Amino acid sequence: MAVTTAGRPRSSAGGSGRDLTPRSPRVGEKIIESLLAAAAGLSVLVTVGIIVALVVPLFTFFAHVSPIEFLTGTTWTASFGDKYSWDKDWGVLPLVSATFMATGIALAVAIPVGLGIAMFLSEYATTRARKVIKPVLELLAGIPTVVYGFLALTALTPILQPLLGIPNIYNLLVAGIVMGFMIVPTVASLSEDAMSAVPQALRSGSYALGANRRMTTLQVVFPAALSGIIAAIVLGLSRAVGETMILAVAGGNLARLTADPRDEAQTMTAFIAQIASGDAPQGSPVYYSLFAVGALLFVITLTINLISIRLVRRFRQVY
Amino acid sequence: MVNPGKDQHMSPTSPPGTAQDTAGIHLAVGDRAPEQPRSAGAAMATENLHVYYGDFLAVRDVDLQFDDRRITALIGPSGCGKSTVLRCLNRMNDLVPGARVEGRVTYHGTDIYGPGVDEIEVRRRIGMVFQKPNPFPKSIYDNVAYGPRVTGAKDHLDDTVEQALRGAALWDEVKDKLKQNAYGLSGGQQQRLCIARAIATRPDVLLMDEPCSALDPIATSKIEDLMGELVQDFTIVIVTHNMQQAARVSHSTAFFTAQPDEHGDRVGTLVEFDRTLKIFEDPADKRTEDYISGKFG
Repeated sequence: MAVTTAGRPRSSAGGSGRDLTPRSPRVGEKIIESLLAAAAGLSVLVTVGIIVALVVPLFTFFAHVSPIEFLTGTTWTASFGDKYSWDKDWGVLPLVSATFMATGIALAVAIPVGLGIAMFLSEYATTRARKVIKPVLELLAGIPTVVYGFLALTALTPILQPLLGIPNIYNLLVAGIVMGFMIVPTVASLSEDAMSAVPQALRSGSYALGANRRMTTLQVVFPAALSGIIAAIVLGLSRAVGETMILAVAGGNLARLTADPRDEAQTMTAFIAQIASGDAPQGSPVYYSLFAVGALLFVITLTINLISIRLVRRFRQVY
Repeated sequence: MVNPGKDQHMSPTSPPGTAQDTAGIHLAVGDRAPEQPRSAGAAMATENLHVYYGDFLAVRDVDLQFDDRRITALIGPSGCGKSTVLRCLNRMNDLVPGARVEGRVTYHGTDIYGPGVDEIEVRRRIGMVFQKPNPFPKSIYDNVAYGPRVTGAKDHLDDTVEQALRGAALWDEVKDKLKQNAYGLSGGQQQRLCIARAIATRPDVLLMDEPCSALDPIATSKIEDLMGELVQDFTIVIVTHNMQQAARVSHSTAFFTAQPDEHGDRVGTLVEFDRTLKIFEDPADKRTEDYISGKFG
């Protein structure tokens, strides 16, 4: 008896000894819970608010412009002529194609460079090399994109212009290349995490079969980490699609449909940045077109994310 | 080559003919490893093998011989260095940062740590099966085909895969689902797949690092039966925690223990190496006797 009561002072002090009601009302617990719930609720509210704010002006825009013309038209003259006139070409394809072209160039740079870095760090680098390279990579991720933008314009374009026969200092090619370097840290760092998470036992199994490091990396580690690598690339892709400053600064502001990346062309984000920074009086057609382009961008990024979730699931390996 | 016959290799401290009490553990010694005529000789041997991890001496002064097409078991308590010794036999310790090997490890007389020896070639001839089944996240077929593919032996791949799976007694269970992911197999099947994968490169020696420790008794029994088959074609070295397993499957047994050195660090040491029957029925060393009779470890 002495043993059982020793750890339960309430049983003697509380009278009945079997009282299961709380000792205090625990007000603090309730306050914290409601604060946390409010924080979670706020994010939902903001998301809903953004969607509503984006969608409502669309009704006005599509009352004047047919969605078919918007999505299939190949000329975009929103920023030309009379600001209050609806009598313009509202075909968004030039902006969309410029966005995809710049993104494609960026990925063409970021995937090989990023995966190369990831493979090196995960499979080849000594601990010491990794300790130097990783922070430098993270430093690269911390550079503001506007800095990348004017570096493209002032440093890289003058070098590449004569070499590649670029007609204008504003062009998608250099902007895309620089944007590629901007997303290299994202691709490299997340891919490296995915590759490092591959169990050592799989590498041992490969080496024990007489495979060398290259075969082990490419045929065992890389496929095993593919799910994470895809996630890394898609995150980089999303960042590239949504990237604004580099393209606004170095890509130019001329909305036109072109197949040559050396041309100047305006992306969706660059258009939004140009118009939103003061050109569009509220209520004007150009003002409403901002929402149409913004909503389309939102749909594109959302689609990319949904596809990526499927891809990541498809290639997920359980080991 | 040194010490061509294992019988000559005795622990220096062996007192003659000590009576043993093995009644507590019912061992069917040599059950699956009947005494056979002396094999062709040693497929592999170690001489004065010392292994360091950084400054730490993990194993000291190991002299062993692994007879051709025989099963040699390495037993002993945790931390005694038996797995470390095993990993030296196909240079897997090269992959451990700071690991260093002194002494000689010979493969048919050639020092595998000698100049001009390529560790990749070593591992192609000396295969390995690990403690936990570690199939690649690929199809059953691709798992077995991996070794032949990386070694460039891509001709008749289907035949090679079938032979390896038959050799590992897995063919009948997987022949209709070769394209399925290896992770759909049970643990015991995965381990036999790993054995199939190892023998698909047609090695000479097969190293097994506690191959049954993650398996249930039925799967364990299948692997042990399989070892009895494989030893027709391969020299097998097995590390095991399970003394009964060593007694059942092996022809020779090496007992290791961790001995404190002059600084008090525990260093893996070979205590006794002899025919399995001798180790289990009439060990020369008191430490071996204590270990196999369950008084220690």
